[in-house]
Amino acid sequence: MMWLDTIVQGILLGGLYALFAAGLSLVFGIMRLVNLAHGDLIVLAAFLILVLVTALGLNPFVAALVAMPAMFALGFALQYLVLNRTLGPDILPPLLVTFGLSIVIQNALLERFSADSRRVSAGALETASLQFGPINIGTMPLLTFLSAIAVIIGLNLVFYRTSLGRAFRATSDDRVTAGLMGIRPDRIFAIATGLAMVVVTIAALYLGTRANFDPTIGPARLIYAFEAVIIGGLGSFWGTLAGGIIIGVAQTAGASINPEWQILAGHIAFLLVLLARPRGLFPRAVD
Amino acid sequence: MALLETRNLTAFYGDFQALFGVDVALDAGETVAIIGANGAGKSTLLRSISGVLANGVDQILFEGRPIGGLPAPEIVALGIAMVPEGRKLFPSLSVEENLLIGKYGRTVSGAWSLEAVYDLFPVLKERRRNPGTALSGGQQQMVAIGRALMSNPRVLLCDEISLGLAPVVIKDIYAAFPRIRAAGASIVIVEQDIGQALKVADRVYCMMEGRITLSGRPGEVGRDDIHAAYFGAKTP
Repeated sequence: MMWLDTIVQGILLGGLYALFAAGLSLVFGIMRLVNLAHGDLIVLAAFLILVLVTALGLNPFVAALVAMPAMFALGFALQYLVLNRTLGPDILPPLLVTFGLSIVIQNALLERFSADSRRVSAGALETASLQFGPINIGTMPLLTFLSAIAVIIGLNLVFYRTSLGRAFRATSDDRVTAGLMGIRPDRIFAIATGLAMVVVTIAALYLGTRANFDPTIGPARLIYAFEAVIIGGLGSFWGTLAGGIIIGVAQTAGASINPEWQILAGHIAFLLVLLARPRGLFPRAVD
Repeated sequence: MALLETRNLTAFYGDFQALFGVDVALDAGETVAIIGANGAGKSTLLRSISGVLANGVDQILFEGRPIGGLPAPEIVALGIAMVPEGRKLFPSLSVEENLLIGKYGRTVSGAWSLEAVYDLFPVLKERRRNPGTALSGGQQQMVAIGRALMSNPRVLLCDEISLGLAPVVIKDIYAAFPRIRAAGASIVIVEQDIGQALKVADRVYCMMEGRITLSGRPGEVGRDDIHAAYFGAKTP
């Protein structure tokens, strides 16, 4: 029964990793941009929620709702004014610029908030749990997982059921021909990054309420996100969720054997999947 | 005043000059054919008009308004749609989605809707759920034309629409042009198939090495004139 509990807790943890990864998957799927500052943007959003909670006394969920438009605007501006200039046949400029952005965000947060660990209080929800037979499920991990499912469904609906989603896919396929359809690729890319930042804010809500965070933890979140995206197959949202779950289950399984093996087990699972399926579990047909 | 015209149009790919002072004009309701051999500059001319290639502002006029420096999305918004060479369907979109994306940048009402395009090319309705790139070459060309029509363009630019297609398929596609004209679009056709171009065009321009070497009405230009303008030599 302990193994069943381990797997369930791992699946729930996978929801958090899927949230970390979904924005990365969206951005990479549309513009083939690898955003090395993604983890730091999650931490930035967590600090924004913290400020709203502490300064205005908002409930963290309400604070996240307030932070979403601000993060969308930040993502839109970042893409439109900075990252669009780096896109092209050479993959190095976006890597260098987002790596630099990662350092800028970390240092700005350290300057403003110091290196102290922080946490956003979710009140009684933090310790609340539900009993399912022999398995005890924390309310926050369950909410995280359900949010991840909702985000994946939402992104799929936008991608495959809306005019904007068609424009995302068309621009991803062929930027020049998309322009001939009246699509403005620079604007589409900016909307995509803005949308990714909304997902980042949801990820930040659960990052901040479930564990301590400080300005330097972004890169580790980025690695989990990368692994989830690559396991799932680049550009596949459901694949990203599957990737998050695989890492989550591997980590909890590793931790149940020896707590020191938690992180290592996740990385080993990633490498094993990469060896067996180099394009991930659910690669897009068009890549 | 012409609906669309180029004046002393030049175009460059880096340091390479592809067009040298090209003057063409399209009147409202007219079909103009641009013919010429490979590398003559025909596609470059359409890429310039459609905003894919940047040009001098005053080198392209639409209803007398200079549009030479505008990017492609703004050209579409004015009502100039392009059927690109090689069809360029979006592989991750179905046939219907490929058609719908055509009206993304211009939502004016007009004769062309999804149903009207399906009526023009009925086979597309049967295959509307298929990926666009899973269709035959001729059907893909129909999608590319339908996609451009979805923006209800005032000017339709068609780049090498018969390229790589069987003669019977080309005939089917060209059979749609009278309806497209009747719906109000003026048309520019770039073609290597001289016979087909002369059949549908009100006026023809021949290009060679980035220059216009002949222009006139199909009934007025002789076979020898076209041969000379096309290849740079008189027929023996």
